[in-house]
Amino acid sequence: MYPDKTKMESLAEATNLAEVKGRSLWTDARVRFMRNKAAVAGLLILTAILLFALFGSFFQAWTHEAIDWKLMGRVAQIGGPSLENGHYFGADELGRDLYARVVQGTGISIMVGVVGSLVAVIVGTLYGATAGFFGGRIDNIMMRTVDVLMSIPFMFVLILMLVIWGRSITMLFVGIGLISWLDMARIVRGQTLTIKNKEFVEAAIAVGVSPFTIILRHIVPNLLGIVVVYATLLIPGLIMAESFISFLGLGVQEPMTSLGALIQGGSKQMLYGAWWQIAFPLFFFLATLFAFTFVGDGLRDALDPKDR
Amino acid sequence: MFTYIARRLTVAVPTILILVTISFVLMWSAPGSPFMGEKLPPPEVMAALEAKYGLDQPYWKQYLDYLTNVIFHFDFGPSFKFKDRTVNDIIAQGFPVTLTYGFWSFIVAVIFGVGLGVTAAIRHNTWLDYLAVGFAIGSQSIPNYVMAPILVLVFTLWLGWLPGGGWEGGTWDHIIMPVIALSTSYFASIARITRSSMLEVLNSGFIRTAKAKGLPMSRVILKHALKPALLPVLSYLGPAFVGMVTGSVIIDQYFSTGGIGQFFVNSAFNRDYSTMMGITILVGTLTIIFNLLVDVLYAWIDPKIRY
Repeated sequence: MYPDKTKMESLAEATNLAEVKGRSLWTDARVRFMRNKAAVAGLLILTAILLFALFGSFFQAWTHEAIDWKLMGRVAQIGGPSLENGHYFGADELGRDLYARVVQGTGISIMVGVVGSLVAVIVGTLYGATAGFFGGRIDNIMMRTVDVLMSIPFMFVLILMLVIWGRSITMLFVGIGLISWLDMARIVRGQTLTIKNKEFVEAAIAVGVSPFTIILRHIVPNLLGIVVVYATLLIPGLIMAESFISFLGLGVQEPMTSLGALIQGGSKQMLYGAWWQIAFPLFFFLATLFAFTFVGDGLRDALDPKDR
Repeated sequence: MFTYIARRLTVAVPTILILVTISFVLMWSAPGSPFMGEKLPPPEVMAALEAKYGLDQPYWKQYLDYLTNVIFHFDFGPSFKFKDRTVNDIIAQGFPVTLTYGFWSFIVAVIFGVGLGVTAAIRHNTWLDYLAVGFAIGSQSIPNYVMAPILVLVFTLWLGWLPGGGWEGGTWDHIIMPVIALSTSYFASIARITRSSMLEVLNSGFIRTAKAKGLPMSRVILKHALKPALLPVLSYLGPAFVGMVTGSVIIDQYFSTGGIGQFFVNSAFNRDYSTMMGITILVGTLTIIFNLLVDVLYAWIDPKIRY
């Protein structure tokens, strides 16, 4: 009784293949991310929203500033969504096209979130990694500073800044960037404390690599997983912060707009029956928040090595 | 315990000082004059105004005066916009309102959140659990500036049950909507935290022992499981408090309840810096004190914490 020769060969081939294909953490994570239905759905929705914000303006019949005088004074009655007059999402109380404004608002809201998150990634990672790597007194002073900054009611200070130095998008970016890195610094520091005791860091120190090269070349790349996850989860929070300020009328100024400002306008006009003014901005707002949250959760599950 | 509180205070006091300093530097760096209206008032009037508010003094003297007034007399100085009112008057008028609905929101969020969380944990994997979790996820992600218009739409416009805003001395029908709008997302978060920590506790050894002794389920929950399960909730109360204080700005603005949030936004539009500074410092100080209280309470309840 000899085993079937062809079967044995194919088996050998199969085992060989499995051996050859090594899987890195990132390929592994990609496979697991793709298995997570909510995360993939979030990614698809996010892509759609991004495409909408980037290229939506090519399909608009009106610019975000143009006023449709035919609707003047009767927006609540005849300003609803319609394909015929080019107001796909209807018009706002001044007769401006809501589609064009939602395209612009979505873009600005996402931009605030992404820019704030990038600041958090750059400043927070370097700050946290430096504090964690050096340890001792430097660490103590740096993290106490973070503690102090965190206990300041930032929303109030941010509004104070916006009022004193002028309400503009740049100021909003600066203000949100100033606070967004605090949490990131804490998380990165905690992670750095465990990484810095690994052999490869010890080896680098023994060879005489300078501390900052160690931080940039050996520690930061190993933090990438947690930084990416946290940065993704930070974006919805920052979008909400921006909307909060714009809802109060203190954020983005006309003729520019953001989802928060649109929701505020809509919440007033809703009382007169112009439901589209709140429905469309709110839909894009919630869809963006949910999509970012699902993608972030999916990334966390995919990159978490404990959950194999 | 005492050294722990003392150590926390050594961080809290400088934090408040830094907050006062930041607000002062911000105001000092402001371009233009706070008295600037459509056009600048005549120079004599300007000089008189600046003398009245102490703005003609050197900056270090203004700073020291402000600091001593705030710390030793709880005096935030006169309002830059309302000539006959001080910032203290404004806070005294608005703060009780904010405190009233803030207090009720806090109570509602904690009691209903813990209640829902515990129920969901006890009835784990039944329809009640799924309903609670779904509800919590849904309402956690709806910010209060979305919740408030929806409430007004339903209860004021469609049903006509509640007034759409105002305060009227705080009658219950004026309190209800602000409380719901402010507490929903925190109520949902507390429910989720309670549920997961309760599930963890219910699977632990001492609960099995308690059940094995033949204790009725209600006694097991109330006497043994609830206390350890509520510790994570306790540490969430700090962030929840901060969120509610910030959220009250929206509530005040949308429902015109007349709390400090409304004064804050109004003074933001009027460039009334002294009022904004006063409210910022008040809110910051309250936050720091509240976080301190929560931490002390935590250390007192949790036997595992050594300080």
